Amino acid sequence: MTLLIAVFAALITTIIWYMSERMRSLKIGTLALAYWGASLMWLCDAIFEYAELRADYFTPAAEDMINDAFLGFAVVAFGMILWIGAILIKDPDHVVRKALFKKG
Amino acid sequence: MACFLVPTTEAIVTTAVGKIAKKQEQSNTADQAVKETEGTEHITFSTKLGWLSKMLWGGSALLAFEHVWHGEVAPYFPFLTAAETAEGARTMLHEMSTTGVSMAVVVTLAWGVMVLVSNALEKSADREKELQK
Repeated sequence: MTLLIAVFAALITTIIWYMSERMRSLKIGTLALAYWGASLMWLCDAIFEYAELRADYFTPAAEDMINDAFLGFAVVAFGMILWIGAILIKDPDHVVRKALFKKG
Repeated sequence: MACFLVPTTEAIVTTAVGKIAKKQEQSNTADQAVKETEGTEHITFSTKLGWLSKMLWGGSALLAFEHVWHGEVAPYFPFLTAAETAEGARTMLHEMSTTGVSMAVVVTLAWGVMVLVSNALEKSADREKELQK
């Protein structure tokens, strides 16, 4: 479930990167690459787990699935927090600087 | 357990190599991320290596978060709960050498495909430019 949520996050951010010039200037490509990296890593993890559990891998307990889904959404949120943090620090449109040094 | 440490190590190496490559590119050409070659735009090697670094750093950070979630990373020495016992350490090293290494290899292979596609697109753009002349 975590892998599936990460793959969807990677797909959505890639589509946004492709379609929106504005989002490209906000470095959404970096977030997309991070999600793709995580998805590939979890894919490897899933292959090793499948080699161990075989068919049982596809029939997880409901409680495990809910926990994995919860983790997946938390991971997506964590990735977005890192990305927003990086935007606020780099401040490409000088929005933060303008807000901080605005003359009263 | 600690499989994310292998791609993290690769990320450190690629970031260092990327910085060295960028310095060399800057000394060879003008201070540009994209250099002009006979009218077509070519992406520099350091920029391409940056894609790999971003995938490795991003993936490792998100996997590290997952390990914290599962209680496998602790804020005290030795920081990895599996490293507290000899048996746990052995299992952890085995996982790093199998899952961790394959994670790093798969991400690097995916990046290799991205670079091949990008090189092919650059070559076809060059050919189109030459045909137009």
